[in-house]
Amino acid sequence: MEYFLELLLGGLTRGSIYALIALGYTMVYGIIELINFAHGEIYMIGAFTALIIASVLTFHGFTGFSVLILASVVAVIYSAAYGYTVEKIAYKPLRQAPRLSPLISAIGMSIFLQNYVLIAQTSDFLPFPNLIPELPFLEEYSHIMGPAQLLIVITTAVVTIILTLFIKFTKTGKAMRATAQDRNMAMLMGVNVNKIISNTFIIGSALAAIGGVLIASHIGRINFYIGFIAGIKAFTAAVLGGIGSIPGAVLGGLVLGWTESFATGYVSSDYEDVFAFLLLVLILIFRPAGLLGRSAIQKV
Amino acid sequence: MNIFSELKKSLIVALWFVFLTFPIMVIRVNTIEKIIEWRWRNMLIIAIGSFLVSLLWRYLLTRKQTQTDSQLEKRPLSQLIFEEPKVYKPILVLIGLFVVIFPFIFSSYQINIMTTALMYVMLGLGLNIVVGLAGLLDLGYVAFYAVGAYTYALINHHFGLGFWTILPVGALLAAFFGILLGFPVLRLRGDYLAIVTLGFGEIIRLILENWNEFSFGPSGIAHISRPGFMGINLNLNESIIYLYYLMIFFCLITIFVINRLQNSRIGRAWIALREDEVACQAMGIDKTKTKLTAFALGATWAGMVGVIFAAKTTFVNPASFTFLESAMILSIVVLGGMGSIVGVFIAAMILILTPEYLRAFSNYRMLLFGAVMVLMMVFRPQGIVPNVRRFYRFRRVTSNPGNLYDKSS
Amino acid sequence: MTNLLEIHSLTMMFGGLKAVDDIDIYVAPKEIAALIGPNGAGKTTVFNCITGIYNPTEGDIFVCRPGGVKKRINGIKINKATELGIARTFQNTRLFPNMTVLENVMIGRHCRTRAGVLGAFLRDSSTLREEQQIIDFSYDILVHVGLADQVNELAKNLPYGDQRRLEIARAMATEPFLLLLDEPAAGMNPRETDELRELIDRIRNDKAISVLMIEHDMKMVMGISDRIFVLDYGKKIAEGTPEEIRENPVVIKAYLGEDFTIDA
Repeated sequence: MEYFLELLLGGLTRGSIYALIALGYTMVYGIIELINFAHGEIYMIGAFTALIIASVLTFHGFTGFSVLILASVVAVIYSAAYGYTVEKIAYKPLRQAPRLSPLISAIGMSIFLQNYVLIAQTSDFLPFPNLIPELPFLEEYSHIMGPAQLLIVITTAVVTIILTLFIKFTKTGKAMRATAQDRNMAMLMGVNVNKIISNTFIIGSALAAIGGVLIASHIGRINFYIGFIAGIKAFTAAVLGGIGSIPGAVLGGLVLGWTESFATGYVSSDYEDVFAFLLLVLILIFRPAGLLGRSAIQKV
Repeated sequence: MNIFSELKKSLIVALWFVFLTFPIMVIRVNTIEKIIEWRWRNMLIIAIGSFLVSLLWRYLLTRKQTQTDSQLEKRPLSQLIFEEPKVYKPILVLIGLFVVIFPFIFSSYQINIMTTALMYVMLGLGLNIVVGLAGLLDLGYVAFYAVGAYTYALINHHFGLGFWTILPVGALLAAFFGILLGFPVLRLRGDYLAIVTLGFGEIIRLILENWNEFSFGPSGIAHISRPGFMGINLNLNESIIYLYYLMIFFCLITIFVINRLQNSRIGRAWIALREDEVACQAMGIDKTKTKLTAFALGATWAGMVGVIFAAKTTFVNPASFTFLESAMILSIVVLGGMGSIVGVFIAAMILILTPEYLRAFSNYRMLLFGAVMVLMMVFRPQGIVPNVRRFYRFRRVTSNPGNLYDKSS
Repeated sequence: MTNLLEIHSLTMMFGGLKAVDDIDIYVAPKEIAALIGPNGAGKTTVFNCITGIYNPTEGDIFVCRPGGVKKRINGIKINKATELGIARTFQNTRLFPNMTVLENVMIGRHCRTRAGVLGAFLRDSSTLREEQQIIDFSYDILVHVGLADQVNELAKNLPYGDQRRLEIARAMATEPFLLLLDEPAAGMNPRETDELRELIDRIRNDKAISVLMIEHDMKMVMGISDRIFVLDYGKKIAEGTPEEIRENPVVIKAYLGEDFTIDA
């Protein structure tokens, strides 16, 4: 029973991270129908930026939770800036191109960013400073849930709620929904579509950065390659929940997290990633609209 | 165009990139000795580089936009060359001569590199069927390559069968895997297909890595036999040269076959499918069947090259079959031009040989591949050598009195 | 003589929306029929049901090739519908933009020819012969529709009116007995529309192909159709000869508003 609980909470933590990244995929896909392959790299860059800032600060003797907060803020700003720039360079010139073009461009961007970090930094794993304070009331349960995990789950919940409210009630959020529904119509109604697309990338990237910082401080070490696998898994989560749907991305992330957690816990840990890919292949084949998505009617 | 405002724009871009690359490019933390390295020189390089690149970028973008209107009618250079036998025949003869005498002028190291490049030509041409002609973005192409390589490695290891026996087996097995994967996934939309094939490629690699009893895990399989030459045992140097000629032979066959496929009923159906799926079906073309043919043929080629790869290196392990390998083959197709045989050939040479010969580039190899994909899509989606358009001979209908709309009458 | 196409109480729902509501349509051999009605009346949806793009919620669609057997085709695969002999054009032309005019039509021959991968490798005499037949057949059709001078032009470079005609040519290459034209005259000038009208007339007379078309150009519809079906909000509100439709008060009221006469 305790093992089950451990797996359940482990899956919840994992799933929360997937959900945070999946939100970015889902938002971008909702608006320009593009799988933003570079999204995983944005997450990795967020984690790296946070690591660099946090390391610089800790070397100078600063420690504690406030350093983590500061590093996170910088990471969020930088990831958002990267997301914005990637869109301007690799996707915006291809708005009118055949569907395959931006997709290939996105893959190219992903490989480019990965190797940019590899060359500018290192291929080794770097340790992330331990900045999360111990919580005395959790000590009793430390083997099933540490403070980092608690932080991840709470942050994901808060961020998702804020995002949902933002999309529902703010002017930008409404414009986003309008653009996702019908880009041309939104443009005719006076929505600045280019700006909305930029904003979508910025928000999605910021969320990915939060995920990056959380995972880095939880796992404790990162390298340039973490974005690739995390990116595909988060995409799986987005598709699982129904791409384009925000609650779907969260649900998909959690389902994927639990699937992985239980599969590795009860079946075999060698094939950890295989379970995710298998799930992806199966959903796309049997329920491409996802759990919460509606199948679109083909327009001719 | 106002030069001053252009310079100002580029200055802003340069400042933006200085900001953007600051933590990654300038700061490097040494977490062991707890030292921070500040690389201010990188900042300067980024500033100057992005300033110049941004000028060039905007110039190329505006040029591309004005070009689409005025120069659309102009035939590409490649087309002109291929229409004129007087031009292309001597070129072909020269290339042929070079290819034949190549092993006699260069060292076995160089020959080896060339053989590798030719393998990528073949892989590129195979993927070109799937991506370039049929428009199916296959990101797990390397999986079929792995199937071929492991087929030869395993059968050779356990039963000692030779290269020529296994070559068709590897090809067929890869085709079988292609169909197996293709059946369920080919009805998916283009971008979903891309991600499913990517997932499939990773699944194959992970299985090879973890299923020790079957594939010997990450340590791989060594001492695979090189291809035999009519029962004669070749020494190392001879077999390198032999493999080189073998690769030339395979490449020629590939070019021959793909050229014929391209200009056939099936090839046309692939291109139509790439252009407009719904219209294509409305013309009576079976979407699934047509896609499956392309997918299976592409896989067949990968399987063949896989067998050759195992025979060439005499060693296989899962590390040779990562996603980056798929991405590399894809960037060859993208750089060369979708559907273009000559383009893929040249692109494979550029992308494989440049990092080998310009050592300075070798670290930036994958960076280059990534950049190529983005830049080609933005500036030259048709590739360096666009696909040659074919013209058909037809029976002229001379008398056609009932034709009201013939513009010449 | 049996009808080529018979649709009985066809209903198509999208979610809660009835796009097509219990309609009956038929087309007789060598007949030009028209489907008219305001935008959003469900006309293209009817086409999509006939050609297998949608599977109707209720009702039956039967086709019968001249001299053949009646067949129910609900939810047929798109390419099977074409193979049966139903060809169509699209409201927003859907050509293969980067293929030549001739190649576009050659694609239409696909379902009437056989050469496979092996034939492509070997280029044996039967494959070569078939290929030449495809080319000649396609060229003849292009002559027929008046595009013979543009055979080697890329489809995307054609003027709009020619693109529409190329789409018809491509559909005819599949040797249909029933041709579905979705707003063939849209965006054409009066001269082009007249040419198109003659072309459709010739297709019916020379090739014995029946035509069912969706069209907004009343002059053309009234001048060419043998029978007209009027849809409004997914329901069929009238059917008859052009004369009957012209005088039908329900049509005039529902489709064109009060105080309006259809002139042609």
